[in-house]
Amino acid sequence: MRRIEAISIIAGEADSQGALLVGNIGYPSRELYAVGDRASNFYMLGSMGLASSIGLGLALALPKRRVIAIDGDGSVLMNLGSLATLADQDPDNYLLIILDNGCYGSTGSQPTCTARRADLAKLAVGAGISEVRVAATVDEIRKGMGNKGVLVVKVEIGNADVPVIPLSPEEIIERFMARSALSSTRF
Amino acid sequence: MNVISPSEAVYKGMKGAGIDFVVSVPCVNLRELMRLVDCDHEIDHVPVTREEEGVGISAGAYMGGRRPALLMQNSGLGNSINALASLNGLFKIPLLMIISHRGGEGETILGQVPMGRLTPELLDVMEIPRFSPSPQEAEEVVAVAWDLARARGTPTAVLLDIGFWRSLR
Repeated sequence: MRRIEAISIIAGEADSQGALLVGNIGYPSRELYAVGDRASNFYMLGSMGLASSIGLGLALALPKRRVIAIDGDGSVLMNLGSLATLADQDPDNYLLIILDNGCYGSTGSQPTCTARRADLAKLAVGAGISEVRVAATVDEIRKGMGNKGVLVVKVEIGNADVPVIPLSPEEIIERFMARSALSSTRF
Repeated sequence: MNVISPSEAVYKGMKGAGIDFVVSVPCVNLRELMRLVDCDHEIDHVPVTREEEGVGISAGAYMGGRRPALLMQNSGLGNSINALASLNGLFKIPLLMIISHRGGEGETILGQVPMGRLTPELLDVMEIPRFSPSPQEAEEVVAVAWDLARARGTPTAVLLDIGFWRSLR
């Protein structure tokens, strides 16, 4: 499956769940913007490696909201400790999706360690995450998105031909926080 | 007059600022403050594996309406610089950083010296306001540091050196 197809399914499912959705740096956020922009999407423009952490912080801050983060294999490998922290906190309202294409897709598709031996699902299990699933088809993604924990989605190498997100960082966070605040009485 | 410890002064400053979400990587000098935070049911405390991870979690918590603080040693600043610039700086996300500043007078671990010396200048280059209060000033300054973080939409740093933690109020 192409990554943009997986992102399209995830975006649709996230919208039907009313979820706050964090998009990973680079092409994944651009593809997410192209297939399903909404104010409840946060497009991470810098800070490679931290999509999973931003999602976890959101989920812990807003325990009554559903939170989903779309991360990548290269990014998770940069912040593997995040899996241990996620296991430790174990929030029921958070799903971390890792789109694994075995390469650094936004920088020229240089291979990551998952291209050969590293297994992100096993790393997640080893970190102590109770619910870990692997998906490669539309049905498997849809089923996996009903859960918490980690969902590893195997996708093909390659970026869709989509433009840069035309929103400023201020616009992205302001409209996102207007949505995240809807359920929050603490702000 | 009640005598309170330097850690209690910092804690009271955090409470006064309304800090309700704390991420931490420990330092021996932060142990009492971390215990105070752990015992406070109004504060969510998330121990993290690396300071940069804590910057990300804090940013998410802020976007969820919380007031976050990061407790760490100054060595963790080096682990966090890209995130502080390209996440907090880019999106104007505030963060209160309570930093145990090692490597100065009284330091016994040689490995703490290089980053300890560089820490104030690194913060200056990053345009992150920094404060070094005495224990008597700490409560007020910690609250001011959060207010400034929120007003500017940036991280701010409270640097607390070895002498700070050893002094009696």
